Amino acid sequence: MQPILAGVTIRSFLHDSVGLSPTWAAALAAFLHAFILINTFAVLPLVFIWAERKISGRIQDRLGPTRVGGRFGWLQGLADGLKLIQKEDLVPAAADGMLFRMAPYLACMAAFTAFMVLPFSDGWVAFESDIALFLLFGILSLEVLGIVLAGYSSGSKWALFGGMREAAQMVSYEIPLAIGALVPVVAVGTLSLVEIGRMQAGWIWNWLVFTNPFVFLAAIVYFTAATASCKRAPFDLAEAESELVAGFHTEYSGMRWSFFFMAEYAAMFLVSGVASILFLGAWHTGIGPLDAALESARISGRAADSFYWPGWLANLFGAAVFMTKGSLLVCVQIWIRWTLPRLRIDQVMMTCLKYLLPMTCVLFLGAVLWPLAMTQLTGRTQLFTTPFGERIHPPTDADETALRDASPAAPESGAGSAPADTTSSLVIGHWSLDIGDSPPPPPPPPPAHLAQEGGFQ
Amino acid sequence: MTGAQLLFWILALGACGGAIAVVIAQNVVRMAFWLIVSLGSVAGLFFQLHADFVGATQLLIYVGGTVVLLIFGVMLTASGPFLKIKTSTAELLLSAGIGGLVFVMLYTAVAGVDWNRAGADVIGAGRIPRDQFEEFVAGLEASDRERLESLYMLDESTDDPVYRLPPGRLSASDRDFLVAAWNAQERLNRPPAAPEGGTARPIGLSLVGLRPDRDLGADADSRLSTGYLLPFEIISVHLLVVLIGAAYLARAKRRTDAGGAP
Amino acid sequence: MQPTLTQYLLVGAVLFVAGVVCMATKRNGIGVLMGVELVLNGANINFVAFARYTPLGLDGQTISLFIIVLAAAEAAVALAIALNFYNNHLSIDVDRGDELKG
Repeated sequence: MQPILAGVTIRSFLHDSVGLSPTWAAALAAFLHAFILINTFAVLPLVFIWAERKISGRIQDRLGPTRVGGRFGWLQGLADGLKLIQKEDLVPAAADGMLFRMAPYLACMAAFTAFMVLPFSDGWVAFESDIALFLLFGILSLEVLGIVLAGYSSGSKWALFGGMREAAQMVSYEIPLAIGALVPVVAVGTLSLVEIGRMQAGWIWNWLVFTNPFVFLAAIVYFTAATASCKRAPFDLAEAESELVAGFHTEYSGMRWSFFFMAEYAAMFLVSGVASILFLGAWHTGIGPLDAALESARISGRAADSFYWPGWLANLFGAAVFMTKGSLLVCVQIWIRWTLPRLRIDQVMMTCLKYLLPMTCVLFLGAVLWPLAMTQLTGRTQLFTTPFGERIHPPTDADETALRDASPAAPESGAGSAPADTTSSLVIGHWSLDIGDSPPPPPPPPPAHLAQEGGFQ
Repeated sequence: MTGAQLLFWILALGACGGAIAVVIAQNVVRMAFWLIVSLGSVAGLFFQLHADFVGATQLLIYVGGTVVLLIFGVMLTASGPFLKIKTSTAELLLSAGIGGLVFVMLYTAVAGVDWNRAGADVIGAGRIPRDQFEEFVAGLEASDRERLESLYMLDESTDDPVYRLPPGRLSASDRDFLVAAWNAQERLNRPPAAPEGGTARPIGLSLVGLRPDRDLGADADSRLSTGYLLPFEIISVHLLVVLIGAAYLARAKRRTDAGGAP
Repeated sequence: MQPTLTQYLLVGAVLFVAGVVCMATKRNGIGVLMGVELVLNGANINFVAFARYTPLGLDGQTISLFIIVLAAAEAAVALAIALNFYNNHLSIDVDRGDELKG
């Protein structure tokens, strides 16, 4: 469990201060994280449903909901939810009972569980791991199963066709989605979303979308593939009202249908959140001095032993910035839905396999070769300043001289001063390989007392 | 029962129960559903074994890819009468009996081995020549030296006396102690551990040919350990071949009912 | 206190046996494929458990990565063969495949 009180984890807080046993502390901390996430997961769709109806209304030159809860129809989502709860629970006679009932939970589980690796701010993540992005895509890929089983088990041909089309579409679009998300990972060197977010502190040109042109194009391709993988128009064949009644959720009504709905909107926010972390600066504002102040507060909070108020407040501000960015991208998806006409299924598959997939392969290749080309041409691996922010290990002296040489704020180190005496150190996570004349680091000393825990690692 | 054991039992129940349900279920789509449950629990077990990258790969490729492939196959080949193809009862009983026998065989094989001792033997700590042992023991603290000497017994029956581990079960704490001792020697020098489950970087580097878990602590004149670059490249070509082959095999053909050639 | 190596190996054994029984008894071709997946997963659990509890270390996890990839490839080819079988015999019942001709 990761720091949500800056410097002090919830689990260690419960264990040390409150005095619970390790198992109970871990279980209670997990329950708290799950509680926060499930509330986020449930409230976000309400907000986005209202946003969709208002935005679609304005695009179509009408007002949208204006009655429930005041002039702007704030409580329309709540009213919809109440209506859905009190509907009759219908299971068709031809349906496969167990699968019909399990399918919405499968789709919902996939969309909800992926929230556990999504960081809302620096260190505000339920499960911090160094493969967070990979795990997120792994969990998101389970949503296909819920949809296919829903389509099959409904016992109606509209649902079956919709389910099969939908499965083909989602599975195909996972490839450009994943490779498009790998392009900034290649530029940064880590799969951990928290690390990627930390690296984008500073001015707005530190955001990964401006690192190299391949990442810029990859952002657009990723967003297209994300829209398709969330089954949003113009790729919403699965729910094409004019063709398939309602696709795979034809036979679902009431709360079962609303589970699919929640899963869809939560997945929209999820991929938008991932896009904002990977490309648009995560929880940083992009204003240099403000970010410097906030980041120093966060770093002090991480290093502190006890609760550190300014760090927590800086993280809260960062979470608000992150939610804003994610919501803006969701509004862009809503905007695209109500502007563009729907594609046919063969056009959808052609877009993925003939256009997006080769594009992402070329972008990946370009992003991998970019540092090589840049090093040959300019002696640096990136064009702009190396973004500050804490990396996995504290920067060594070689790192700091390289940083100073690369930043344009030091005018005396122009293109003329090649860093001759600083060894270019290739930093890989915990271990740094020195390529140069400096002697290799000494091997780690053996443990002082041999009867220690952890023989095998 | 600690939290780790409880979590293990839940995941093991999911994995084994799902697998048995796959065998028992008659409807092939329900079999696919129980396969999802089983494979998802196996991914959870991988996470508990600190193999995060392998667990995420299992979810992405196995559950999110292979099972979807199987479900597609079910949809394309299943129509009314073929959803439930029943096997005769005699065959079921025979298979269950043989399966039970195989399981009993595996159980006795697994439970009869002292894995702690096997782990110590693998790193060469089961049998050490006397001069090597004494040279190593000389550099240790007193308490460690006593413990190490109490674990081993001297075997002077041959010309070269060796120190052996005595027969009998080795406890887990003794196993950890031995491994830590031999890790401290240059035999298996390991760098500071990556955080629990932080296996992505070592696996990635090993696929490119470097072995940071073996080489970084070794001395300068020892040979580099081989990585997994060659198998990685072979698998890439293999996947290409499989893609082309499967696409060719599954291309649209005339459907004949006399088994005509495509 | 963590679960011991033996418990993980037994889970792997149960998956393996279930997969073998599934391969032996199912007449649906896709059902046989599911048995193959279970067998491979049993082996995977064994490898990763050994990677954790013995000096096998990273090798066990790398091998299980290769197993996952190869299993996916093999499932794709096997499914293509199953589809061909269905096209030729109009049935996925593997007991119908008892003639060498055609």
